[in-house]
Amino acid sequence: MSILDTIQQTAAGVVAKLRPDAPPDRLIGRKHGSIGTSLPRIDGPRKVRGEARFAAEVPAAGLTYAALLHSTIARGRIATLDTAAAAQAPGVVLIMTHENAPRLKPPAAFMSDPRAAGASDLPVMQDATIHWNGEPVAVVLAETQEQADHAKSLIVATYEAEPARLSFAQAATRSRQPESVLGEPAIIRIGDAEAALAGAAFQVDLTFHTPRHSHAAIEPHAATVWWEGDRLVIHDATQMLHQTRWTLAGIFGITEEKIRIHSPFVGGGFGGKGLWSHQILAIAASKLAGRPVRMALSREGVFRVAGGRTTTTQRVALGANADGTLAALIHTGTVAMTTHNNCPEQFTFPARHLYAAGSFLLEQRVADMDMLANTFMRAPGESIGTFALETALDELAEAMRLDPIELRRRLEPEQDPTSGHAFSSRHMLAAFEAGAERFGWSQRNPVPRGRREGEWLIGMGVAAATYPYYRMLGGAARVTITRDGYARVATAGHEMGMGTATVQAQAGADRLGLPVEHVTFEYGDTALPAGTVAGGSSQTVSIAAAVAAASAKLIAELLTLAGNDSPLAGLSAGEVEARDGGLGHPEQADRFESYVSILTRAGREEVSAEADAPQPVETQRYSMHSYGAQFCEVRVSAVTGEVRVSRFLGSFDTGRILNPRMAASQFRGGIIMGLGLALMEETEFDERSGRIMNPSLAEYHVPVHLDVPDIEVIWTDIADPHAPLGAHGIGEIGITGVGAAVANAIHNATGRRVRDLPITLDKLL
Amino acid sequence: MTPLSFARAADTAAAIGLAGAPGARYLGGGTNLVDLMRETIERPQALVDVTGLGSAIEDQADGGLMIGAAARNTAIAEHRSVRTRYPALSRAILAGASGQIRNMATLGGNLMQRTRCTYFYDDAAGCNKRAPGAGCDAIDGFNRIHAILGASPACVATHPSDLCVALAALDAIVHVEGPAGARSLELVELHRLPGGRPDIETVLAPGELITAVELPALALAARSTYRKVRDRSSYAFALISVAAALEVAEDGTIGDVRLALGGVAHKPWRARMAEAALRGGPATRSSFLAAAEAELVDAAPLSHNGFKVELARRTIVAVLGELAGDAA
Ligand SMILES: Cc1cc2nc3c(=O)[nH]c(=O)nc-3n(C[C@H](O)[C@H](O)[C@H](O)COP(=O)(O)OP(=O)(O)OC[C@H]3O[C@@H](n4cnc5c(N)ncnc54)[C@H](O)[C@@H]3O)c2cc1C
Repeated sequence: MSILDTIQQTAAGVVAKLRPDAPPDRLIGRKHGSIGTSLPRIDGPRKVRGEARFAAEVPAAGLTYAALLHSTIARGRIATLDTAAAAQAPGVVLIMTHENAPRLKPPAAFMSDPRAAGASDLPVMQDATIHWNGEPVAVVLAETQEQADHAKSLIVATYEAEPARLSFAQAATRSRQPESVLGEPAIIRIGDAEAALAGAAFQVDLTFHTPRHSHAAIEPHAATVWWEGDRLVIHDATQMLHQTRWTLAGIFGITEEKIRIHSPFVGGGFGGKGLWSHQILAIAASKLAGRPVRMALSREGVFRVAGGRTTTTQRVALGANADGTLAALIHTGTVAMTTHNNCPEQFTFPARHLYAAGSFLLEQRVADMDMLANTFMRAPGESIGTFALETALDELAEAMRLDPIELRRRLEPEQDPTSGHAFSSRHMLAAFEAGAERFGWSQRNPVPRGRREGEWLIGMGVAAATYPYYRMLGGAARVTITRDGYARVATAGHEMGMGTATVQAQAGADRLGLPVEHVTFEYGDTALPAGTVAGGSSQTVSIAAAVAAASAKLIAELLTLAGNDSPLAGLSAGEVEARDGGLGHPEQADRFESYVSILTRAGREEVSAEADAPQPVETQRYSMHSYGAQFCEVRVSAVTGEVRVSRFLGSFDTGRILNPRMAASQFRGGIIMGLGLALMEETEFDERSGRIMNPSLAEYHVPVHLDVPDIEVIWTDIADPHAPLGAHGIGEIGITGVGAAVANAIHNATGRRVRDLPITLDKLL
Repeated sequence: MTPLSFARAADTAAAIGLAGAPGARYLGGGTNLVDLMRETIERPQALVDVTGLGSAIEDQADGGLMIGAAARNTAIAEHRSVRTRYPALSRAILAGASGQIRNMATLGGNLMQRTRCTYFYDDAAGCNKRAPGAGCDAIDGFNRIHAILGASPACVATHPSDLCVALAALDAIVHVEGPAGARSLELVELHRLPGGRPDIETVLAPGELITAVELPALALAARSTYRKVRDRSSYAFALISVAAALEVAEDGTIGDVRLALGGVAHKPWRARMAEAALRGGPATRSSFLAAAEAELVDAAPLSHNGFKVELARRTIVAVLGELAGDAA
């Protein structure tokens, strides 16, 4: 069962009506459309000119600026909160604390309902209780940001601290099994894996540790909000528009129709731009002050109120037979979480689908801690799960004296190893082979420490990348054709810099048989038909499915409009295709009428159709995943342990590539983030206080340009016949496998195995 | 940010006069002070902008070099005399911060910049440097970047400058002027070890202004270098850095040597014990190692920074080996 099925089942009263297996999307076979071309980003020029308006830039008459005061203890109560001096400071409009905040319902946490967006279900500023170090305890509104920041610094808070659960090691001793891991079982047992491991010809049994990561998108979280009577207007940086609206309606006790959220541009989401406390506080403060509020989090604010990737300990044990097949695959471990959210960092997901094995034990546990709720961060689970699994595979290959790629050949399953489903489209070995050829894998010296230039030890490593195919339920789209032969495709989708607007314009153009310049893609607004969460790399196909449904409906309406005087007369919707700016019979060139002609004859300015996407039944029948092979060359200083990644290549199998330029950027961006994961990213969570100690980009290290070599990306471009457009999402797979590829390359260079991220130089001395 | 007054000083005397105001601080490029003001770690009541004061970089008749305290870090790094006669200084500057920050940062400000200890930066944490008597949360906390030499139970912070490490190795003299007149001191005497008063970081009296830094003529400085080891390729503070100059005689013995370390202490660390061990000895790997050991014998690592001892040892040996070239 997947996240999507769970959402379907929890949707009250909705009886999933499964459609018979649909034939492949017609667009898959199209060769001459816009899909597949490297159209530059439609939003690019506006961004370069500074015309793209982000949430913290929206003007409003009488705007006030917000600053947050964060708690300095992890658990306990606010004893005193002296705001007198702050209230007297210049420009102060309002100080909101738990004492005067409006009464609010707690947010519905993500996954508790298909429509929920709350990052946690903790009440927001409703009483003196403190739940994590950094929790907002006061909001200051002032006429300028500087005045708000200054006034905030004058508030004196004291606390009654209570014992908090801050040690992950201790919390792990009391870990629990979550009800599910994003709708999938928390434990999978096939056969007796421990016994098979014990009896296997070759064994590795390893422990890995991965740290916390914080979101660090270029745009810090921000919202500009105001009330118009009982209506609420929000300019947010979000990747879940409709879910945010539904959740806010519950918190503030108003109907969804009263809330409008705009989010046309998001400066990077990566899973972090959901509904946190800052939007709720801004709306509450705006209500109290009766004025618009801009809540632009400081960089420190992002670290303190928006969670990131949680920390894990993982065990991977592999038992191999002499022929290189696996007798046992064990991947278990524990993640830190809170009792207020449901993000168990699905690190065992890769092991559920990647390799054949005689027996499996895959188990996830959670350790409850008093900390800021963790959340999704680019390939949550898969990024760090592949680090452990793919490092272990490399160690096994070494123990067996097998080339790591050859080992993967021997482990290639015929069907999904845990679900038994057929693969919809799996060409992982092809990706390995193409990558190996291009990267020069044959040049690798299998003996560690075998290559050296001066003080630099050089090594190569490889690892598999993988990410599930998701298509989210609940998306709708509206397609409109106007009399001038132009079209608008509308859905409340999200453009976070991935290229959504561009690719959807391309897909819309091909779907409607129009040149891409004739198609406008409207998105980022809850007034449009509901979109789905831009998460799980699912948005491209989720939107495509809704647009396909709306287009089919529109074509039927156009045929009705065309009537009996049209060359199309007598053709049903299934018999025509959209081409050349109109509809026509696929083979009979003369049976064609342009949209301009149909609408003109019918005396219509425009025709519009709206439809929901069909249920994502494809994932119930097939095991649908993307794959890849990550190749890395590192140079490690034998003197200092410094690691320099000198070459990197990612070879991907992610269905049909819709726009090579956007795809390359997504893959590269994921790989760069993976280099950070491998070598430097770590949120310093002080287990004495629960405080994050490096909430700044000076001390929270992400790769700088000099850390990133030229990264080559290639792909199979094989369409998945069971996916809309033949495509898979590509936003997250790029980060998966990178940690292991780097770690394996470091081992090849130095002979050292580091199973504890990040691989900083001290671990290599 | 706390409200404050701002004045641009026209000359040194005016600057010193203005700095007499309560809570006054000199302002260079502001790349450190303004950040700390935003964090409310520093709360000056008056800022005296000294970027209009002497910034010339001038060759001296005796073969030395005089650098005005308002000289920008970039200007120093790019200066021909610095690059040819004191390359360690140029390299140290270029190894620090980013191009944008170096364009803003002044020499005086770089000398006086404050530690990057994260407990110093967080006013929720105990820090004797920020709030004397509050204790030190770094000693048992995240102390990977902290001191291994000269620390005290009150403070284990390091001085973060790269530039200063090169200056320490190159015998730099700091010229200062204050209400009580002008004086000069060796750069290595400028910064203090923390002892019981980590809040007092230098020997400057209140209101004393750094006016210039002088590099004495030093023949071996032309073959000096700087190596910085850090957590990413750029834009990170030193875990360990080494500035060194080495003169090897025809017979393979070490004529003269300068060695300083960064990232190890509350001040740029001139490695005098290592120098003494090296002088007159053979320029060999084993003597480099012995010298490094001599300097690090008193190293007292904390829970997370034990690696720095080994890293310092290796980096010293590698840098000296590089300078000795074929001789080693
Ligand atoms: C993200 C980041 C990364 C950095 N990385 C590095 C690095 O890798 N290596 C490195 O060495 N540095 C690094 N720096 C620090 C940078 O070098 C310093 O901020 C800069 O040198 C300070 O110079 P300034 O002129 O801006 O000083 P200011 O911020 O203006 O002042 C700093 C201090 O010096 C005092 N001061 C200024 N001028 C004088 C004077 N003439 N006499 C007496 N006191 C004076 C001020 O009162 C203040 O206390 C980094 C900084 C940042 C923000």
